[in-house]
Amino acid sequence: MILNMGPQHPSTHGVLRLLLEIEGENVVRIMPDLGFLHTGIEKTCEAKFYQQVVPLTDRIDYLCPMTNNLCYVLAVEKLLGLEIPPRAQWLRVMLNELTRINSHLVWLGTHAMDIGALTVFLYCFREREDVLRLFEMVSGQRMMTSYFRIGGVALEPPLGFFEKVKEFAGRFPARVDEYEDLLTHNPIWTMRTKGVARITAEDAVALGASGPTLRGSGVDFDLRRDMPYSSYEKFQFKVPVATEGDVFARYIIRVQELRESIALVRQALDGMPEGPTKADAPKVVLPDREKMKTQMEAMIYHFKIITEGFTVPAGEVYQAVESPRGEMGYYVVSDGTAKPYRVHMRSACLANLQTLPKMCEGRLIADVVAAIGSIDIVLGEIDR
Amino acid sequence: MSISTFVIVSVIKIVIALAVLLTSVAYSVWLERKVLGHIQNRWGPSYVGPFGLLQPLADGLKFIFKEDLTPPHVHKALYIAAPMLSVICAVSSIAVIPIGNWVDVAGLHIPLEITDVNIGLLVILGITSMGVYGVALAGWSSNNKYSLLGGLRASAQMVSYEISLGLSLIGVLIVSGSFSLRQIVDAQGGRFWGFVPRWNVFHGQEVAFFIYLMSAYAETNRVPFDLPEAETELVAGYHTEYSAMKFAMFFMAEYANMITVGCLATLLFLGGWHGPIVGPPLARVILPVFWFGLKVFGFMILYIWVRGTLPRFRYDQLMAFGWKFLFPLAVANLVVTALVVAVRA
Repeated sequence: MILNMGPQHPSTHGVLRLLLEIEGENVVRIMPDLGFLHTGIEKTCEAKFYQQVVPLTDRIDYLCPMTNNLCYVLAVEKLLGLEIPPRAQWLRVMLNELTRINSHLVWLGTHAMDIGALTVFLYCFREREDVLRLFEMVSGQRMMTSYFRIGGVALEPPLGFFEKVKEFAGRFPARVDEYEDLLTHNPIWTMRTKGVARITAEDAVALGASGPTLRGSGVDFDLRRDMPYSSYEKFQFKVPVATEGDVFARYIIRVQELRESIALVRQALDGMPEGPTKADAPKVVLPDREKMKTQMEAMIYHFKIITEGFTVPAGEVYQAVESPRGEMGYYVVSDGTAKPYRVHMRSACLANLQTLPKMCEGRLIADVVAAIGSIDIVLGEIDR
Repeated sequence: MSISTFVIVSVIKIVIALAVLLTSVAYSVWLERKVLGHIQNRWGPSYVGPFGLLQPLADGLKFIFKEDLTPPHVHKALYIAAPMLSVICAVSSIAVIPIGNWVDVAGLHIPLEITDVNIGLLVILGITSMGVYGVALAGWSSNNKYSLLGGLRASAQMVSYEISLGLSLIGVLIVSGSFSLRQIVDAQGGRFWGFVPRWNVFHGQEVAFFIYLMSAYAETNRVPFDLPEAETELVAGYHTEYSAMKFAMFFMAEYANMITVGCLATLLFLGGWHGPIVGPPLARVILPVFWFGLKVFGFMILYIWVRGTLPRFRYDQLMAFGWKFLFPLAVANLVVTALVVAVRA
């Protein structure tokens, strides 16, 4: 029997469509069908000025907007050869890790709900709400933040922001304990996750998996540590790795990442350098409002950047960051004009989704649901 | 008692029992939403009436006024019959459940149940096991793959767990030596050593109570055994194609079944209407009903609490749990109980 799972199905996390060939409850074959959330963002980028692409990157992956902002601005900054002040870099690391927490909380909640643990979902969203409030405070937006700009960050964070982050970082580890109390040692949870949807390290590498999906199979690879960007090399953190390659391994890795991320946030808070939050590049970075009203040059630069953008030297660059889901990469080609010639996004989810048939063929329908949850896909990123 | 008084009294009792049952069904939905809400860090219903108390009424009205949709691709007769079968089986088993002592009104000596049959337990088991037909037929007649899978899961699950459920009850029957629910409760009166109530759950039937609890959760399709309607796997399982009042019937049947198994647990294991205080003559009528209600209420809270805590089993794990763990345990309990009773006698 062919079972059509999705695109409208409670546990395909968006609009993924899976054609399941089943015998009774056993899944014989899985055929994923993509493209239901195609937005044409990659193409749209080619019609926008460089700075106008930033808001588009939010919408690629609505669970980790900051990570996508960061990846894009890093790529363009590489082309421009900009030097980013340390305060901006520290802010970027801090917000990037908060974004990871945000994304992992949504993942944990929905994954647990797929397996039937309803309460964890609402507990996770309680903390996610706190993170979103922090985002709103710093950027004015809860989800589509667009806070990282080419050359730095949009604004100096408002007064009291760091105290709020500190407060959150103080209470968050106890909340992670709470989730773990409900799940990690719960016999039903371990029955549903241990040994389920296995993938070997070879298969994971061959299919291009990255992030927790790859580390769950025992491959110790994290871009933050292995190809550091935005001063990650100056932070101390552990990269959790598990060897089982099953749903539980991916679960436990992400839960540990929650703890590592909050430790990184705390490090960034403690070591937050003073200084400007924007690079000294008047032709690229918008001037402060104050300067605009007092200085002629600032006014002119502002007018030029807004009306005709800024040109980027011809060339091409690939920048990858460790998003909550894996290797998120932006390949930006410039032809020397104010608009990118091509922006290609290397989607972590697309590669991770390819592991799904390997994981689930020959298993039960309920395992497919657990496996989809465990690879943590966001369809916006897959279809772009 | 003349035949006409008997009819009048019976009709009055049926009306009262139905009204009480349906109200409790409505309010157990409210209770579940409210308690689950508080477990999950939210409020639950709070807009309709004080504390959302009128929410069941609003829900009921909504179900009644919704369009009664019958999809074109279903087997019409069975599609309509299935929810009715479910709800009839769920509601009618209340007929033999006694909720308290006898009452004397206007010179009549009336038992607090619709009819006192001496094989009450068998009647309940018989009626509730018919309920599986409603679910299986709904799954089949909907002509929908998700419904079919849900229906299959439900039939397999309910049939499997009914065996453990039945076996766990036989232990109680051996201890109390009767099929009549009233006599089973009467046998549980009194105390051990003056303070432990002589309930079956403290009378060598602890294991049986555990098996009963597990099987009851599976029988009523509740978390962690809610596979037939596992919404994240099968959309809505056997009732995927149902809407409006037909869906509400399944919903009512589920909650009525929860109340029935709660009543049964109270009667068979928790001493029925026996409580710590007996009180003056008037209270002797009211208090037992109160104790009975309190125990059933506790059972419902346990149901809700479990729902707020546990994830869901997988289909094969559920079957393995039922057949490889509960069933042998139930048989062992039965043999041990029988031996102990035989040796004592």
